[in-house]
Amino acid sequence: MKALLASLAAALTLATTSFASAQSFPERNITIVVPFSAGGPTDTVTRLVAEAMSKDLGQQVLVENVGGAGGTLGAARVADAEADGYTLLLHHIGMATSATLYRKLPFDTLNAFEYIGLVTEVPMTLVARKDLEPTDLKGLIEYAKANKDTVTVANAGIGAASHLCGMLFMSAIETPLVTVPYKGTGPAMTDLLGGQVDIMCDQTTNTTKQIQGGTIKAYAVTAPERLDVLPDVPTGSEAGLKEFDVSIWHGLYAPKGTPSEVVDRLSKSLQAALADQNVIDRFAELGTEPSPAEDATPAALKAKLEGEIDRWKPVIEAAGQYAD
Amino acid sequence: MDLFSNLALGFATAASPWNLLFCLIGVLLGTLIGVLPGIGATATIAMLLPITFQLEPVSSLIMLAGIYYGAQYGGSTTAILINMPGESSSAVTAIDGYQMARKGKAGAALAIAAIGSFFAGTVSTFLVAIFAPPLTSIALQFGAAEYFSLMVVGLVSSIALAHGSIIKALAMVVLGLLLGLVGTDIYSGTPRFTLGIREYADGLNFVAVAVGVFGVAEILRNLESEKTRTAVITKVSGLFPSREELRAIVAPVLRGTAIGSALGILPGGGAILASFASYTVEKRVSQRPEEFGHGAVAGVAGPESANNAGAQTSFIPMLTLGIPANPVMALMIGAMIIQGIVPGPNVATEQPALFWGIIASMWIGNLMLVILNLPLIGLWVKLLTVPYYVLFPIIMAFCSIGVYSVNGNPYDLYAVALFGLLGYGLVKLRCEPAPLLLGFVLGPLLEENLRRAMIISRGDPSVFVTRPISAILLLIAVAVLVVVFLPSVRRKREEVFVEED
Repeated sequence: MKALLASLAAALTLATTSFASAQSFPERNITIVVPFSAGGPTDTVTRLVAEAMSKDLGQQVLVENVGGAGGTLGAARVADAEADGYTLLLHHIGMATSATLYRKLPFDTLNAFEYIGLVTEVPMTLVARKDLEPTDLKGLIEYAKANKDTVTVANAGIGAASHLCGMLFMSAIETPLVTVPYKGTGPAMTDLLGGQVDIMCDQTTNTTKQIQGGTIKAYAVTAPERLDVLPDVPTGSEAGLKEFDVSIWHGLYAPKGTPSEVVDRLSKSLQAALADQNVIDRFAELGTEPSPAEDATPAALKAKLEGEIDRWKPVIEAAGQYAD
Repeated sequence: MDLFSNLALGFATAASPWNLLFCLIGVLLGTLIGVLPGIGATATIAMLLPITFQLEPVSSLIMLAGIYYGAQYGGSTTAILINMPGESSSAVTAIDGYQMARKGKAGAALAIAAIGSFFAGTVSTFLVAIFAPPLTSIALQFGAAEYFSLMVVGLVSSIALAHGSIIKALAMVVLGLLLGLVGTDIYSGTPRFTLGIREYADGLNFVAVAVGVFGVAEILRNLESEKTRTAVITKVSGLFPSREELRAIVAPVLRGTAIGSALGILPGGGAILASFASYTVEKRVSQRPEEFGHGAVAGVAGPESANNAGAQTSFIPMLTLGIPANPVMALMIGAMIIQGIVPGPNVATEQPALFWGIIASMWIGNLMLVILNLPLIGLWVKLLTVPYYVLFPIIMAFCSIGVYSVNGNPYDLYAVALFGLLGYGLVKLRCEPAPLLLGFVLGPLLEENLRRAMIISRGDPSVFVTRPISAILLLIAVAVLVVVFLPSVRRKREEVFVEED
């Protein structure tokens, strides 16, 4: 039904777009496409931001989930959408990695979008089943090197945050371990709780409550400083693994050709949303924080995307794993 | 005792006028979308998420939960009336429920489904309340090897779903398994059988396949000629089940409740099996298995109870661990996070009013559903008297909207059309669609868990027999096979097949 409404809205857009002027933006509902299913961490982040942006823009900001093919279906949808600022995309680090993971993308990642700004950078946590022997990261690395044929690393599927972080961990300790992919974070976490697999590296949005509840063990967070919600968990560099720095950054995009006044307005609105107390509080409970205003800008997001594409390209190519 | 004070807290929370209202809204909406073919609880809850921001966390979760189990109720209505299952669970209800409807017993079938569901809902709500934590730890014993063996049991049993020849049933299961292969290989990322269409990268949509092979095929069959146009049932004999029928459903409801409650707890897709497993069991223990597929009351009562019990107990992993057992539970978790409650192992202690309020509301919601639905039966049955030339375009329109709303993917609509034609061909060839659907649902789980178990064991297949739970499940599968191929049973099956022609 929502999708139907969205397509009706899209049809209306075609009819009226030439009359809309950037000054009066926005004159109607805005849709943010989330390229993942509803209920996941990216969806949650988007809904919180969308609600706060609605307040600032004076128009309802809707969230539409267009999941599939590692987020590339939703991204393609927005790349093809009318460039009027009424259809936006909120995507995470996958925007950068899919440029390498998928060799046949229907859009050119660097030239299909206008940048609005960074939304948040969610730290990752290296976690393990609660009865795994090592007590700290150093011990874990030794243990992993000694048992590299039996230590299993769970992830939520190719291209998922946990997959990227797992690859990075293995490359940082220069030891390939046994990778066990799952269809999504839920089942992967279930098996970690049940002790069926040994370690996983995932976003704080998924792991914080389990760590606090003592159902899994945390070895490190991949943030520059310890997190308020997990004060006992050391950072990667504190624990002696400097190369292990990864965050799941989220950015907001518009289709290429969106008028610059509209992009600026949206960027301002994003900054306002990220300063909203409710957003700050909810993000904090998930173990993350909104990007500062200077990062919630087109230039910062552009630099981030370009840098991350270059950074992940060799990692993915070295692993030799593609998604198509 | 703790349990009583907890339940008292739960009922006090759930029975506040405000929460009662939202519970009612939830079950009403759920019934409505369940009745509209194709539109599922997932799409509805996703749509309503923004509204829940403004509500108290408890109220919004009570409403969302109401939509979920309300849809389970409503889904069986369309399965029974027009052979159009919207969820995997109601695919089984369609087998005998629709046959009952064709015989003029639509009202009885609907009432049996409602009564069975209510009983199952009541029992499983208390199971959730009493045993949630210990049951969770059992569910966590299920690793890849156990799930693989469980799926083997499911597939082997699925042969019993068919009431035609075993060969055809097997062929349908295999066809379903093959269809289930469409999509991305999660271990290598390679797309398989997607014809280069990126929209199929995540596989075929279950709702599209089910609506196609059951519903659209049935519409095509009905449109063949005036004579066979049986969806319009003018003669309805009695809206409520007879005394004998009520007596006959007691045991199936009890068994269905037990099966559904047990399988619903497993977060890795156990609930999918509940209604199929219950149907198989009912057919096995029945004195007159030849009735199955021709409107057996036990074939409606058992699976409906199992499906509702499974829907309730699938809340257990979500509430006790913060782990979603299905897409609806994932949405509920999303809703909780937006409300500032991150589900995890501590929800029960940190948010007792919320935890117990949801549990209590499930029972209240089930009560509301049965009160709502029994009087509505007359109305639903009247729907069948609408001329078919009016009814079928409406059904098609709602199906199309519903299927599209799942993912906003136009290729799902092409799939409906294709599977409608395939389903029609299968009807003509006297092949059953239910085993196909089961193969389609279980195939990916079977493969995923087989390969995962082998990865974790480093290629050693003995894990399937050395892990006790897995070994027991495989023994059950062997036992089912032996029963199916036992000479006496085979003779009986062949008799059934002859009768049909």
